[in-house]
Amino acid sequence: MSTNEAAKPPSAVDDLYEEADDWHVNTGGETIHAKRIPGRWRTFKWLMASVWLIFFLGPYLRWDGRQAVLFDIPNRQYHIFSATVLPQDFWMLSLLLLFFAILLAVLTALAGRVWCGYFCFQTVWTDLFTWIEEKLEGPPAARRKLDQAPLTARKARIKGTKHILWILIGFFTGLSFVAWFTDAPRLWSTFFTGQANGAAYTTVALFTAGTYVLAGFLREQTCFWLCPYARIQGVMLDKTTILPTYDEKRGEPRGRVKRGGKEEGRATGDCVDCNQCVVVCPTGVDIRRGQQEGCITCALCIDACDQVMEKVGRPRGLIRYASLDEIEGRPTKRMILRPRVWVYSTILIVALAGIVYGLTSLAPVELKVLHERAPLFVLQSDGSIQNKYTLKILNKTPEPVTVRVSASGHDDLILMGAEDPILSEAGGVTPTNVFVRIPERALKSEQQPITFYIDGTRASGTPVEAERESVFIGPRR
Amino acid sequence: MAEHNPFPGENNTGHVWDDNLRELKNPPPRWWMLGLWASILWVVGYSLLYPSWPVGQEPTPGILGWSQMKEYQEGMAQVEAKRAKFEDQIKGMSANEILADPGLKQYTLASAKVLFGDNCSACHGSGGQGNPGYPVLADDDWLYGGTTAKIAESIAIGRQGAMTPHKDILTEAEIDTLAKWTVQMAETNGEGGSEEGWNLFKTKGCTACHGQSGNGVLAELPGGNIVTVGAANLTDGIWRFKPGGYESARYTIVNGVNQPSNPDARNAVMPAFGQTGQLTDQEIKKLVVYVHELGGGQ
Repeated sequence: MSTNEAAKPPSAVDDLYEEADDWHVNTGGETIHAKRIPGRWRTFKWLMASVWLIFFLGPYLRWDGRQAVLFDIPNRQYHIFSATVLPQDFWMLSLLLLFFAILLAVLTALAGRVWCGYFCFQTVWTDLFTWIEEKLEGPPAARRKLDQAPLTARKARIKGTKHILWILIGFFTGLSFVAWFTDAPRLWSTFFTGQANGAAYTTVALFTAGTYVLAGFLREQTCFWLCPYARIQGVMLDKTTILPTYDEKRGEPRGRVKRGGKEEGRATGDCVDCNQCVVVCPTGVDIRRGQQEGCITCALCIDACDQVMEKVGRPRGLIRYASLDEIEGRPTKRMILRPRVWVYSTILIVALAGIVYGLTSLAPVELKVLHERAPLFVLQSDGSIQNKYTLKILNKTPEPVTVRVSASGHDDLILMGAEDPILSEAGGVTPTNVFVRIPERALKSEQQPITFYIDGTRASGTPVEAERESVFIGPRR
Repeated sequence: MAEHNPFPGENNTGHVWDDNLRELKNPPPRWWMLGLWASILWVVGYSLLYPSWPVGQEPTPGILGWSQMKEYQEGMAQVEAKRAKFEDQIKGMSANEILADPGLKQYTLASAKVLFGDNCSACHGSGGQGNPGYPVLADDDWLYGGTTAKIAESIAIGRQGAMTPHKDILTEAEIDTLAKWTVQMAETNGEGGSEEGWNLFKTKGCTACHGQSGNGVLAELPGGNIVTVGAANLTDGIWRFKPGGYESARYTIVNGVNQPSNPDARNAVMPAFGQTGQLTDQEIKKLVVYVHELGGGQ
């Protein structure tokens, strides 16, 4: 603490303060009302956002008389078109996650925050919400005026309509999400009569509230302060990454276009300081300050700038997708020559190959063998050693399959409890206990590997079989 | 603290350290305040709906009337309802009929596992592997018979073995010979007992309980049931009293089994779980299936 009035901050600190003053922190105190203008990137953005239609419409696709994609959690079955994945095959999920993680990385390294700018649900839903806002309340100036205006019947009507539409979108977002996990037509018929399950109501409520608050109110604040991806993606950029970038060399110094001024021999750069790039930005950043945390690389500023450049008769592309190397005049490498493209692509292909292999080689039946531990072995009255096993027959087919059990691994082995064939239930696990006996004097070691086999025939006539190695344990010798 | 504020009009609290480090009066971000208000609303809503404030002995009940105990009881009722289908089916069936039905057998095994853990495993081990003094249930050597009927009988009315102490009946040498003879029998599955041992076994009254051939069976009935008094089978390698072998056998011959007059006698008592009402008929039936399937049922 200081009581020295004469102490003045040193001048070096003054510079830092000046710099800090310049640094604008958006903490959501003011709603950003971005202007919407048509353009190439605007159209591209809508096109990319339309992949989310799959999210809304996907659950209604049918396949073989059931939902084409259904994540049936209560029955622990995951139907993806003709394939049925059981929890046992969930190793594929890790490959799927790897695939998407690397895809995110490769896209970021090549073209920046592509996910944030075009695909992220936060971006897409906010875009939709502000589109509705614009349709109801008008352009940004009118919206700001309406926000400040006293509450009148007109304002209440407009605002009310907007909020109802937002909540409805949130509600259908939630309902569509739930529809992936339960039979969609049944969900519709039960949801509105109060007969759907509690988890469905909770999920829809959470999604409705979440969508309403995140896309309606928090908006760019989510990207600024809540989202971890924004941070991760930001550090993955380098000088070769192409991003919406302001061409500083071409643009500076900025200068307003003077009425009647000559275009030839002007002292100013191409930037006419019209501020349109800031006006259209959904996160309210100024791209002319360079790459920054608030930029989600949605490219809407490119549209705005191109439009202005065309109007003033200067070449387009003052703001364009370009790498830092390109802007600074360094030689750029072709994408295909960059090692990280190769490394990332290899990982992508390996992960994808694993998933394809997994989906095409799903075994119709599987056998698991659990060796009884208490006791490990029992001496029988005929002098043989008996081990107990629980066999778990996993039948992934939609029909029951009758299988026979056999075992091998020792010449004197006797399998008991497997005399009759076992009916394994459809899409489930059938447990059965069997015993193996080997005369004690015939045992050569404490542990003897043995193998169990099951074989049977499906209703279609296709044979099925599986095997599993286990161990036969005897007394220490 | 600075008396004079060197940074007037910038909305600071007047607390300045090291010339320029000061505390500002910026409001928290709006989303943070929204979160705070939402949390407060949550507390209000929660304490209205659920048991919360401690008033007197009981907390306020809450509008929903929910309680943990009630939820537990409802959960248990649901489980019971699911089990009822199987339990009703089992009720009308014998243990042998349950064993012949793979589905019901699996249900019974899963259900009886708990009963076995609660009532049997303390003595017989979690998997029927036995304990010193308590027979193995996972082998096929049964003192009182391994059919479902015999197992049911053992659980319901209990068992109590008996063997006379022979320390005053036999000489040291005779006891020694017999103890050695049991070891020979055990090691050769009943084929290698000495002549001398056999003579003693047959003339000193052992056959009355252990049977003519020494396998503990006095008579065989149609249907596989056997008549025994619980005497051990001496013709296999399984020892009734651990660790087995010469010393064990000698001790048993000398001191006997279940002799109130002899505190050194071995104990061999199975409580009557049915007669004492500890287990119902249905529970006994399920346990019979379970024990039968442990590894040695006949």
